[in-house]
Formats: sequence, C-alpha cells, structure tokens
Amino acid sequence: MMRLTTKQITLLVLALLIAATPFFFPSAYYFRVGSLLFVNGVAVVGIVILTGFAGQISLGHAGFAGIGAYASALAPVHLGLHPAFAAVLGAALSALIAYVVGRPILRLKGYYLAVASLGFGILVSMVLSNEAWLTGGPDGIAVADLGLRQALGALGLKLSAPEFWYFFCGLCLLVGAWLALNLFDSPTGRALRALHGSEIAASTVGVDVPRLKLQAFVISAVYASASGSLLALQNKFITPDVAGYMHSIEMVTMAVLGGAGSVLGAILGAGILTLLPQVLTVFAEYEQVMLGLVMMLVMIFLREGLLPSLLRQFTGRGA
Amino acid sequence: MPELMQFLLSGLTVGAVYALVALGFTIIYNASDVVNFAQGEFVMLGGMITVFAFDAGLPLPLAAVIAIVVTAAIGVALNRLAIGPARGAPVVSLIIITIGASIFIRGVTQLVFDKQLHRFPAFTGDEPIEILAATILPQSLWVIAGAVVVFVGLWLFFTRTLTGKAVLATSDNRLAAQLVGINTNWVMTLSFALSAAIGALAGVLVTPITLTSYDLGIALALKGFAAAMLGGMGNPKGALVGGILLGLFEALTAGFISSQYKDAVAFIVILAVLFAMPQGLFGRNSVNRV
Repeated sequence: MMRLTTKQITLLVLALLIAATPFFFPSAYYFRVGSLLFVNGVAVVGIVILTGFAGQISLGHAGFAGIGAYASALAPVHLGLHPAFAAVLGAALSALIAYVVGRPILRLKGYYLAVASLGFGILVSMVLSNEAWLTGGPDGIAVADLGLRQALGALGLKLSAPEFWYFFCGLCLLVGAWLALNLFDSPTGRALRALHGSEIAASTVGVDVPRLKLQAFVISAVYASASGSLLALQNKFITPDVAGYMHSIEMVTMAVLGGAGSVLGAILGAGILTLLPQVLTVFAEYEQVMLGLVMMLVMIFLREGLLPSLLRQFTGRGA
Repeated sequence: MPELMQFLLSGLTVGAVYALVALGFTIIYNASDVVNFAQGEFVMLGGMITVFAFDAGLPLPLAAVIAIVVTAAIGVALNRLAIGPARGAPVVSLIIITIGASIFIRGVTQLVFDKQLHRFPAFTGDEPIEILAATILPQSLWVIAGAVVVFVGLWLFFTRTLTGKAVLATSDNRLAAQLVGINTNWVMTLSFALSAAIGALAGVLVTPITLTSYDLGIALALKGFAAAMLGGMGNPKGALVGGILLGLFEALTAGFISSQYKDAVAFIVILAVLFAMPQGLFGRNSVNRV
C-alpha cells in the first residue's frame, strides 16, 4: 500500500471534512458556524508556524487581525480599492508592521516575548477604539461587499451568502494549510524547527536565528491579517474587538489546545473553541468557566495538545 | 503648579496598587518561575468578597479579613490544582494555564456574585485632605500606607526570618534547597498564599476609590506585570519602585497628553524597558550556560 505523508493526510482530511460535512447540516446557521471555524483556522495555522514550528509566543496576533479587518473596511472607502485588494493591502501592511515590530520584540524570550507582543496587540486595539474619526470607534464600521458571490451567481453558480462564505473560507483555509505544510518540509521549515529545539545549536550549524524568527513572525502576521479580513468581509461589519486581548488569547489557546505542532491538530483546536460557545448557548452564563477549565485541563493533562496526545494513545508513537 | 501636584498624588495612589500587584507577581515568580497572569483576579476577589460580606451585614474589618483569607486559600488551590501538576511544562503551557485560571475565576465570580460595579464605604470618610494646594482622599493614604507596610513586612520576612530565607533559598535553587532539608512544596504553598493575600489586600484598600467588578483583573495583572518588569523581574524593591513610577507616568499622561491613551503607557513602558534595559531598573544580569 502506498504510504501517505503527513502533508497529504492533513490536506485530504481537511478537504473531505470541508466538502462532506454540509450534507449533514440541518440549517443555514451551520454554514455560518463552519465559516467562522475556518476563519479562526486560518489565524491558527499562522500561530502553528510561529509557535509550533519556530517555538515563539505571541499574545498580540489579534492586532494583525485588526489591521487586516480594518484595511478591508477602510481602503475601499478612502482609497477606492476593491475589497479584495484592500485585504491584500491589509496583509502587506501587517507584514510591514510585523517586520518593524518583530525585529526588536523577537530578541526577547518566553514571558517577556509574550507580554511585549500582548502590549503591541493592546496598542492596536486601543488605536482602533480611540481614533473614532477614522475607524468608527467602539461601535464598529461597515465593510463593503466582496462581490465575488454575485460574480459566481452571474456565472450560474448560485449560492446563498452562508454557503458561499462557508466554501470560500474553507478554500482559504485549505490553501493556508497547504502553504504551511510546504513551509514545514522546506529548508526554512527545518531551520525553524531547529531553532525551536535549540537556538544556540541551530546558530552553530549556520542558521540565521534572528532572520528566521522574523520570517516566521511576518508570515504568521499575514495569516492573522487574512483571517481578520475574511471576518470583516463576511460580516460586512467590524468592531475593535477583533483586535482585542481575548481574541489573541483565543488564537493561541486554539492552537495549543489542538496541538500547536500539527496543522490539523491546531485546526481541531479552532473547531472545538469555535463550537464550544455554540453548543453552550443554553449555558451562556457558564461559557467563561468552561473555557478557563478546558484551557487548564488540556495544558495539565495533554501537554502536546489534543491531537498529538490522542494519536500517541492510538499508535504508540507521535504524529 | 497645583495641577501637577494633583496628578502626582493620584499617580502615587494608583502606583501603590500597581506596586502591590507587582509584589504579588514577584513572590510567585521567585518561588516557582511562573508569571501568574491570574494575579489581577486576586485583587478583584479581595474587593468583591469584601463587598458581599459587608452587604450581608458583617462589619467591614471582618469582611476584609474574610476576603483576604478566602483569596489566599484560592491562591493555594491554584498552585495545588493547576500550576503544581504542570511543573516543568513549557512557558506557553504555563501562560495558558494561568490565563485559563484567570478566565475561570472571573467566570465563577460572575456566577456567584454578579456583573455590577460595587463599592463599600471608605475606611475613614470621604473628606478630601488638602496638601500643597492639591487634595487627596483619606482612602488614598490607606492605599499608600498599605503598599509601604506590605513592602517593609516582606523585607523583614525575607531577611529576618528563617521561613523567609527558606523561600529565598528555594527561588535560588530548588534542588539545593531540598537537599538542605527545606520543604519546597510548603514554600510554594506559602508563596501563593502570601501573593494572593497581598493582591486581596490591594483590592480591599482600593475598592472604595475605584470600585470593583468581576472583570477588572486582567487590566490590573498587565499593569502589575509592567511595573514588575520596569523594576526588574523578581526584585521586591523593583516592584515597589516600578509600580509607583508606572502610576506616576499614567497620571501625568492622562493629565497632560491624553486620558484616552492613559492605558497605553504601561505597554509603552514595557516595550521601552525591554529594548533599552531588559533587566529593568534593579534586575541582575543573568548569564545562561549552554
């Protein structure tokens, strides 16, 4: 039998899940939840590159999601750009800011890096809330329509809005996961994993540690930005909460919960944390208690995250 | 410059609270190398439990003591149930555990109590006292005195008592401390109890001025962390000075630049300190062996 690589398995499983689960959806609401899951998944794949591959922490990636989201909202109005190009502009802007901020920040390690990045994220959300003349302030701002659904409709492919966003975000996640998995197997990916293991050992074999950390940071910022743009375009409305502290924490928690070292695991984590509040709507009061409890229990008992720990149980080896 | 004096006084009050939170951080960080993101919840619990005990008819001092004892017990439970079992886990895991704990505590507080803002009366009235053409609330003096007393108390504890020295020994080298017969588990319990109690005390002292609600912990934890970093992580003197400096920076920014960006000061301070002098004002240079 032909042996499949982790990359092929991951992409196959993802594609199958995205394509097959709609057959079991009893209502349009599930398409909406699914597309939110994929939006979170895109951001979380970025965290996998930064945390899972390169071993760096960021508690400020929601800041980049905020930049992506607000670029999609503001560039069409003020620069006359098409929303799709606005999202690209947001990604470029996020990359540039990540490059400038990342150079000094990534010299730090552990808690210091965590708090410095957290500070960055909070500064971004503060600017988004306070500069109401530009961003609409805490009340949020409307976002122009992407127009792709109408274009598809004109070509004869008629989808409802939730259906369209479900498949579009799913496709984006699939592409994002494919790129991340390619990175994992590339020389850069190997170098990132080497510096995760030991920065000193990696630098003695010729890995340019600061440059690679910065690359991982910039790439993951682009993922976060894309996720923010997708959210803004889908909701046609955005508030500064997208850049908030809790959103950053959620991104990291999703990744670490499912297994930050594995793309599929991290997406599983995104799935659990996206679905949990939906399942618990009856117990909305208990949402925070449950979230806190899940975060603690998984980190104490399944340190590598759900998927890698479960695979180890079944196969007796790591994934 | 009565304005400047006014800003300095309010900065000193807020700074004293940050200093107390930073001292709490420092104690846990020294004992266990964990940065406890749930530190702010201790302050919140101190205020909330006092409010509800007081409203239930208990006298204020008794309510405050109950709040401090209960919070200390929660601190011990946090160590026993969440941080202890994860000993040796990577920093990311520990960050998520303590953030998880803070979300959990917030969630439970909101269920047990409610989501409203609360306060109880100031200890010695609300009549402002005039100092050099500026005014200060009597409760602010309580807060500042509280920070000073806690600092002096900790200093005496760590330098003059055998137990305090055992804590220092454990933070220096856990294994060596165990070898000379120090019960490091007990040291850990003590550190978390002490740290939580100090946080709760800060909550009790400041609630009559700033009010309290279930969700105020996170912001306080971040400010306290900024203060601890400014002073130099793990150094009690640094925590005190860092807290007061941060409070002053904030008050001056709010007064002279922009009250909207007052909360940004803490993070700009963190970033500036990290880039210019990562060891903080009083931190030691550390050398890592490979």
